[in-house]
Amino acid sequence: MSSLLAIDFLLIAACLWLAVGLWGLAAPRNTRFIAKGLFPLGALIGLGVGVTALDFLGQSAETAILVIGLPTLPFHLRLDNLTAVFALLLGFASVGISIYAAGYFRKGEGAAPGLMCLQYHAFLTSMLMVLLADDAYAFMVAWEVMALSSFFLVTTDHRHEAIRSAGYLYLLIAHVGAIAILLAFGVMTSGSGDYTFAGMRAQELPPFWASAAFLLALVGFGAKAGLVPVHVWLPEAHPAAPSPVSAMMSGVMLKTAIYGLLRVSFDLVGTPLWWWGVVAMAVGLVTALFGVLYATVQSDMKRLLAYSSIENIGLLAVGIGLALIFHSFGMETLAALAMTAVLYHCLAHAGFKSLLFLCTGSVLHATRERSLGKLGGLIHRMPWVAWLALVGIIAGAGLPPLSGFVSEWLLLQAFLFSPGLPHSWLNMVVPVAAAVIALVAALAGFAMVKFYGIIFLGQMREPALKDAHDAGPWERGGLSWLTLLTLLLGVMPSTVIGLLDAATRQLLGTGLAARVRESGWWMLAPISEDRASYQPLIFLVTIVASVLLGRWLVRRLYHGRIRRSRAWDCGFFFEGPRAQDTAEGFSQPIRRIFEPVFRMARHFPTARDDQPYYSVKVEDHFWHWLYLPVARLAERISGLIVRVQGGRIAVYLMYSFLTLIVLLLVARP
Amino acid sequence: MNAGVPLSAQLINLFAAVILLLAFAMLAQRRVMPLINLFGLQGLVLAGSTLVVAVTTHQAHLYWSAGLTLLLKAMLLPWILHRLVRKLYVKWDVESLVNVPATMLIGIVLVIVAFNVAQPISLLSHTISRGTLGIALATVMLAFLMMITRTKAIPQVVGFLAMENGLFLAATSATYGMPMVVELGIALDVLVGVIILGVFFFQIRDQFDSLDISHMEHLKDG
Repeated sequence: MSSLLAIDFLLIAACLWLAVGLWGLAAPRNTRFIAKGLFPLGALIGLGVGVTALDFLGQSAETAILVIGLPTLPFHLRLDNLTAVFALLLGFASVGISIYAAGYFRKGEGAAPGLMCLQYHAFLTSMLMVLLADDAYAFMVAWEVMALSSFFLVTTDHRHEAIRSAGYLYLLIAHVGAIAILLAFGVMTSGSGDYTFAGMRAQELPPFWASAAFLLALVGFGAKAGLVPVHVWLPEAHPAAPSPVSAMMSGVMLKTAIYGLLRVSFDLVGTPLWWWGVVAMAVGLVTALFGVLYATVQSDMKRLLAYSSIENIGLLAVGIGLALIFHSFGMETLAALAMTAVLYHCLAHAGFKSLLFLCTGSVLHATRERSLGKLGGLIHRMPWVAWLALVGIIAGAGLPPLSGFVSEWLLLQAFLFSPGLPHSWLNMVVPVAAAVIALVAALAGFAMVKFYGIIFLGQMREPALKDAHDAGPWERGGLSWLTLLTLLLGVMPSTVIGLLDAATRQLLGTGLAARVRESGWWMLAPISEDRASYQPLIFLVTIVASVLLGRWLVRRLYHGRIRRSRAWDCGFFFEGPRAQDTAEGFSQPIRRIFEPVFRMARHFPTARDDQPYYSVKVEDHFWHWLYLPVARLAERISGLIVRVQGGRIAVYLMYSFLTLIVLLLVARP
Repeated sequence: MNAGVPLSAQLINLFAAVILLLAFAMLAQRRVMPLINLFGLQGLVLAGSTLVVAVTTHQAHLYWSAGLTLLLKAMLLPWILHRLVRKLYVKWDVESLVNVPATMLIGIVLVIVAFNVAQPISLLSHTISRGTLGIALATVMLAFLMMITRTKAIPQVVGFLAMENGLFLAATSATYGMPMVVELGIALDVLVGVIILGVFFFQIRDQFDSLDISHMEHLKDG
């Protein structure tokens, strides 16, 4: 044990993942071997990564230098506590997703399974390398491998035009982001030519250039994370990808972008300025509100979850912004509170969003249907998936006693302390942001209820749903693992915060662990017990007890008879699944209240229609405000440039001739 | 003529002037066969000029250069081109994009530009033939102009070769010629270039039933 450091274990894990991927190429068409042999092996390696990172937390940083790389710039790697937190996330989330994937991939679906296996494991390796990288070159290489491997995973089913264009959009925005990140690194070296992160830490940037680096990093990592307005790839790419890939991208890959943003703004760039936090918070608020509003009006279950991911990324950005503000004013305890909320939410979101995406995968396999309007009542046919999804839903809605509540509660706690800021303007604005966060949390609950209610509850909207089957053992295993993580994160917040403490301590110099430990593991009181405390176990016990008690009371003391009747037929005598609330109908109030936010194309039935129908199509304003004008401009410019290519050789010769003459005249001594 | 100028220099200047004159003649020539003959003649004069420089300065490699020029540019290339024209049966008039008088006027402007540009450079040079640098540059430009204004493929190739003549003259006049290796390389390039272009001529004719390169306008994108 002493001879091998934790970083060595992680490196070995990265190599093993790659080896498993390459092994898949040996028998690219053998679905059984790849699904039941290699993916569980990948899950085992993931478990190793998670345990290694967990074991490492709290120790001092370890470094390594690989021989590969540029001649003068070999790959520098470093494992510190921030890396460890995200490696923990990557490892444990990948366990569930890989186990699930073992049951998910079937014969004759999409690309050859061997190829998928390679891409999937290359994706995992590259994410681990992104976390470990300690110089800009290694980081960018890993970052690009991550973008490319996930691009190929998204376009697994490349025979569909829509999937190809979704993949293209993803690749385009990923590259715009990568350029911004590269520029940010370039600014941070400030001309010293030292591309290691240690060199960047040593640089003392003037405020202007430090701000430039931060804003570039915000744009670059925001493009990967899905911050507005560079979010448009997310709702396209997530539904296009196979469900385990969506789960991996949404649960883990988006977090690597958060990792990058934390690494740059708290570690590399030096002392932050307070207005950076305001920018991050403003962008985060817009993203969160935008994401959740669009999530509520979606009719495709994976798109709904994709927009919900945008919302969660927005919350994370708000938390980072708040931490930056507190940090720049030297209020390290409160900064640590906000930072803990961010890290906690990363873990929580990785758990429940992966879980929910995997559940959509099971529903998709069972019914071949993604549109909410054609689902319903699946809890009768798919009890496993439905009950496990319920846990994810409660966490995603931010309800106690699960993980989503803890992080959102911590974030709101951090907001409640903001009146202590030594800045009058911020004092007035920040509470408004807290109100927006509360609104977002409520709307997220709405979106989650819609997701769960329309898919699993009520009556089946299509007769074909009667043939739906529950998930297989592998899928159940993967889902159960993620459910377990979500439960643990919800019930044991103090223990988890004790683990995260090492990372906040590294970034901010202080943590919450000491205070949290004082009040015992069952209670969470981040600042002081008099101000606010939260006992998840009591919530859990109360909820479970009251449910059981209610059930007992109804069964024993009331009439005791159970009458099964059709759900949600609204009391009408004409029965049928069509009388239920539809996905569109459910979110109609939101569409009405927030009408200016959406770009809607609606068709209303009139009294004279022979076949009345209602349709609504909700589009993103940003397409029409930002992306289409840019695309049109690019097209116009290329239209001008193509005129140079007239096709006449005489004209081409004239170009060189005139260039020659002009050069001769200009270069005359 | 100034008595102070030695005979060799006068000869060189004369040859250079003839080369420029031939360049103008090529620009004005409407027919293909005479155009090739003019090109051959230009090569011959160029060889003569190089020989004079070689005799005057006793540069051994210039003799080789002169011989090579004589063989390649005055004999081999005109012969290849003659054969090509006979085989392709394209002896008719050369069509020009700009009419000939206008081309000549543009040519005069170019010569003025070339002399103007070359003057400061020739002051830096100490060779006996430095005065001809402007003429060399003008020859290059006139050949380039011919390439631009002609629509058929063969005159364009002749223009390309004539441009090489001008470059050779510039090299001889500014620095007594390029190193032998470079010169051999260029000679080989020109030879191979003409052979490849000959193959292309057949391809172009098969494709478009004509050697008029304006047909190739359809080849562009979009």
